[in-house]
Amino acid sequence: MKELFNILIFPGFLFLASFGLCAEFLDRKLHARLQNRIGPPWFQPLADFIKLLGKEDLVPTEANPRMFTLMPLFALTAAAASFLYVPLWGTKALYSFNGDVIVVLYLFMIPTLTFFIGGWYSTSLYARIGSVRAVTQMFAYEVPLFMSVLASMLLANTWSLTEMVVFYSQHKWLWAFNLIGFLVALVALLGKLEKVPFDIPEAETEIVAGSFTEYGGRFLAFFRLTMDMELVAGASLLAAVFLPFGLDIKGAPGFALYIVKTCGIVAILSLLRTIFARLRLDQMINFSWRYIVPFALLQLAINLLLKELVIK
Amino acid sequence: MHSKRGFKIPVGPQHPSLKEPESFSVALRGEKILGFDMRLGYNHRGIEKACEERTYFQDIYLIERICGICSHSHSTCFIQAVEELAGLEVPKKALYIRTLIGELERVHNHFLWLGIAGHEIGFDTLLMYTWRDREIVMDILAALTGSRVNYGINTIGGVRRGVTGEESKKILKAMDDLEERTKYYIELAMQDTTIIRRFSKVGILSKEDALRLGAVGPVARASGVERDIRRDDPYAAYGEVSFGVITDNHCDVYGRTIVRLKELMESFKIIRQVLKNLPEGAIAVKAPRKVPAGEAVSRYEAPRGEDMHYVKSNGTDKPDRVKVRAPTLANIQAVKHMLKDRFLADMPIVIAAIDPCFSCTDRIISTRDVDTGRSDVMTWDRLREYSIEWHRENGVDFSKIKTKIR
Repeated sequence: MKELFNILIFPGFLFLASFGLCAEFLDRKLHARLQNRIGPPWFQPLADFIKLLGKEDLVPTEANPRMFTLMPLFALTAAAASFLYVPLWGTKALYSFNGDVIVVLYLFMIPTLTFFIGGWYSTSLYARIGSVRAVTQMFAYEVPLFMSVLASMLLANTWSLTEMVVFYSQHKWLWAFNLIGFLVALVALLGKLEKVPFDIPEAETEIVAGSFTEYGGRFLAFFRLTMDMELVAGASLLAAVFLPFGLDIKGAPGFALYIVKTCGIVAILSLLRTIFARLRLDQMINFSWRYIVPFALLQLAINLLLKELVIK
Repeated sequence: MHSKRGFKIPVGPQHPSLKEPESFSVALRGEKILGFDMRLGYNHRGIEKACEERTYFQDIYLIERICGICSHSHSTCFIQAVEELAGLEVPKKALYIRTLIGELERVHNHFLWLGIAGHEIGFDTLLMYTWRDREIVMDILAALTGSRVNYGINTIGGVRRGVTGEESKKILKAMDDLEERTKYYIELAMQDTTIIRRFSKVGILSKEDALRLGAVGPVARASGVERDIRRDDPYAAYGEVSFGVITDNHCDVYGRTIVRLKELMESFKIIRQVLKNLPEGAIAVKAPRKVPAGEAVSRYEAPRGEDMHYVKSNGTDKPDRVKVRAPTLANIQAVKHMLKDRFLADMPIVIAAIDPCFSCTDRIISTRDVDTGRSDVMTWDRLREYSIEWHRENGVDFSKIKTKIR
């Protein structure tokens, strides 16, 4: 019973979904204020979600109905499941085993794949171009994201996120050496969440809404919720891996610290998406392999060196 | 949909990157553009024909509605032709006020363009900033003429409103603010990495091609063609103010941005001179209702390039023929050339970089059979029959009405 409560309500699905909507509000409001606009009221993301739920569900006649309707659910479950293995506040995640970081990273990848499959099977031309773009882009940001996360794990000499967090709470201030990796992961997260300057798969002025062109109603609502949940789950992962300080604080202050960390990461993401223009796909891949991957490699090298010299 | 040569995607008539309906068909292989086709005519409203049915004074207001942005350009261009036919001596003060409104319009158009260019490359922050600043000039235009876009300030033989000293002080102050903002945008365009990455080497149009394809306005000037009707064939008060013709040798979207931004600085210069030397006297002379027979061509440097109006009169109070050649028609030909070997992602900004106005451009509508794709010519009589038939099918019977339409 307690497990079910943990998975479905707190700190599982329901908490993640509501925090996701709050994070979307924070992102939209900050984006608007930075652009000199007023921005939406606090309940706007929830209102959007409810409105979409009430709309008619349309499946294009040429689309594959099973794939088209299943993909939003797949995306939603993957995003929700990835959250369970990430240590949020305190040093313990809800579930953990040796190797869970690999699972989390792969669960993170599934929404992007569902965007691809859903877009592809909706048979719209814009959706197909968008889905191919989503996958092409994935190859560019997944590698630096994996490398930067693994660099941090390497230092802790473990494959489990929970054990890693325990290690960092024993070795205080060691996380400060992972800051390059943090920046790399932030940029990769921008790509994963398809935000400017990496919103190439849903570039409105070129391909309408990319993979989501044919989606509407409940399906779109679930996809949007997935994006919000991915935003929170991604921010939580980054907070756990790169900012593992103050985790021994118990109770409400610890929880507050977690909220501050994730909101801080969301704020940095919205700042980044405000100050850049969208790159072209070839420029994005170039940028990723030429600048981001070398930095991720540098982080790996630093951590290897540290491990030899300091930890032993 | 799929073939060895790639596939075609439709951009328009309804598409988020287009603010007006127009149809482009892009042949793609992967992200690369193999071919580009366009079909104009979705915004045809028959304004030229309608002008022939109305008096010259009514036409001013109709012509002004050709474009929602450069409305003053079209009405001034038309009026200049009519005034030439009627042999009117327009008071100097009226010419100065026309110049003033024309330049304010250029300022608002260029700010608008910069915002749209930002939006097309996903830089919405630029859109929000420029359109906020554009409000300053829109407020001035509303205060001067009573309206934000269709000013209605022109009349045959002069203008309808003057400029008071208080208003001119307000304008001068606003120009200082806008000049500061423009300097910031010039700096931004020259330094921002993502803007430079998306703009430079995109949509290249060499000087030779610009001349060959007949590009006009900022598009031509960004390719090094030094051509500006304000200087080459001065109208209104442009002969009496000093300003520079901005050219650039980048030949790409980046060059077009720089040209437009620097033109803003010249516009501020012109506005200051006009307000300083604003002559005293009447703002209009009385114009005759009937215009003697003849024909006249008038040219005007609209914000988007050279605008040309041809008016033929037959001695009555209605024109015999009015022909409008909007700047977009001259520039749109170059788009296909600019998109050669580019990426799909460049298409919106390359189209936007000529600052297209499709409602200005569309003079024709072509019918095309849905199944065969064959185009067809519909005469006036056939169109009428078709319309009667269509309405009968929809429950309205016009066939008994025996009106003769000329």
